[in-house]
Amino acid sequence: MGPNLINAAYLLAAILFILGLKGLTSPRTAVRGNLLGATGMLLAIVATLADRQIVSYETIAIGVAIGAVIGVIWAVKVQMTAMPELVAAFNGFGGGASALVAGAAAFMPGTVEGVPEIQVQTSITLSGFIGSATLSGSLIAWAKLQGILRWQPRGLGLQVLSNGSALAALGMGAAYILDPEALWLFCALCAGAVVYGILLTVAVGGADMPVIIALLNSCSGLAAAATGFVLGNNVLIIAGSLVGASGFILTQIMCKAMNRSLWDVLRGDLGEAAASSPQGDVYAGRTKSTSPEEAALLFETARIVTVVPGYGMAVAQAQHAVRDFANLLEARGAEVRYAIHPVAGRMPGHMNVLLAEADVPYGKLYDMDTINPLFAETDVAIILGANDVVNPSARDEPGSPIYGMPILDVDKSQVVLVVKRSLSPGFAGIPNLLFTRDNTLMLFSDAKKALQDLSREVRDL
Amino acid sequence: MEAFLISVTVFVLAVFVGFEIITKIPSTLHTPLMSGSNAISGITIVGAVVAAGAGDNEVAKYLGLGAVVLATVNVVGGFLITNRMLAMFRRKK
Repeated sequence: MGPNLINAAYLLAAILFILGLKGLTSPRTAVRGNLLGATGMLLAIVATLADRQIVSYETIAIGVAIGAVIGVIWAVKVQMTAMPELVAAFNGFGGGASALVAGAAAFMPGTVEGVPEIQVQTSITLSGFIGSATLSGSLIAWAKLQGILRWQPRGLGLQVLSNGSALAALGMGAAYILDPEALWLFCALCAGAVVYGILLTVAVGGADMPVIIALLNSCSGLAAAATGFVLGNNVLIIAGSLVGASGFILTQIMCKAMNRSLWDVLRGDLGEAAASSPQGDVYAGRTKSTSPEEAALLFETARIVTVVPGYGMAVAQAQHAVRDFANLLEARGAEVRYAIHPVAGRMPGHMNVLLAEADVPYGKLYDMDTINPLFAETDVAIILGANDVVNPSARDEPGSPIYGMPILDVDKSQVVLVVKRSLSPGFAGIPNLLFTRDNTLMLFSDAKKALQDLSREVRDL
Repeated sequence: MEAFLISVTVFVLAVFVGFEIITKIPSTLHTPLMSGSNAISGITIVGAVVAAGAGDNEVAKYLGLGAVVLATVNVVGGFLITNRMLAMFRRKK
């Protein structure tokens, strides 16, 4: 295949990526969109294989075979609750692959035709830096989500180290651009970036994960785009920048939903403020605890029930129990809605995927702005393992560390039933005065068990 | 320099296209969006294939092999898992 034909194929692939993403604007067209994207990828790969630069197919075949087996097994076996871990790991692989391609380009200078040397070296530096940091940062995020890594250091020393490692890596990069023969400089650049990625993500805690995963998603795209500059290849630049833009928008949405800057999230800052806030007996004697038998009576006359899922639902794998309970209520004539806070769970859209897995129609899932005015007409709001996103302090108390964070106004419902294992604070580490309100009942239990008990009791009504 | 400017033009325009499309994607599909865009960022496989197949430098070949493996996991796993998720959304309206 001549270079013109190959470039035409790349253009077609880029168009398919754009149409594919466009398909994701509606659940109805999304499956087809994903197929379009996959077709574009296949086309781009086939066109590349036909490139006359390629003389040996053996290594490629081995690599594709290994990667495909791992990818298929992983994608087929993974549980929906483990989706944040999978996306975190895959972000890292994308970044790592880009860094390796940059490395390969550094070791075979002059193979890229028609791209000025200075552009090649500068982009090798960028791709190596972003890719390496994305790889190590994603692996840390993955380990945190898996619960393997619980270490969460904070403070000025960490910031100095992290900024220092970034500067050192970029310094090595600048030296490499001036002296591209010195490959050790490139290796040192990547090593520095790996350290930077680790230090940047290690301070980020549980509920901030949606932000960091979205950010790493963006970085994996930018690394691919930088690789595109190395090779002078437009399809890499286009696909990479689409992903970069996507991850960036999601990062912004997540930050806004927590009323925090990206900078604060990366420093793990909320933890500092929260550690000094009062704890202890704010709850003493002021919460009302209930039993499944008692709570079931709430649903005897309830017409509108709103379920507010949080990370606790994912941990308890309670999505199917939620659906069963909702079916029961709907059979009794009630309307069941689901209120989804943007940062509920550990990644953007986490709750939506879990509820979709349990066959909850997406038309019943309401986003925060739509559902908030509707809490006033809600008879019972069930909070399932959500905490900070329903804390009225964020709305009412200017002194609170989370003040200004948009929340779900569940306290406007007639009755709030909080299903929670204990009174332990959420990620922000601050007490939730929702639990002490007059219209709040606490059902201390695992989310799944609570719903199964409630279902049984409601059936007996 | 001219080639570089063209590349930058392509980059900037693609970012704008990305912003226009992504802002229209509903929050309910944000997880499949992440896994799907993740698969698209596996496009770096194109560079990986060139590095692994060009064949004139041993080190570059092995770096290329590693890149092909990682990028293929990204591409194959990414599109598959996205398809699996989206099929769940399509099942019921």
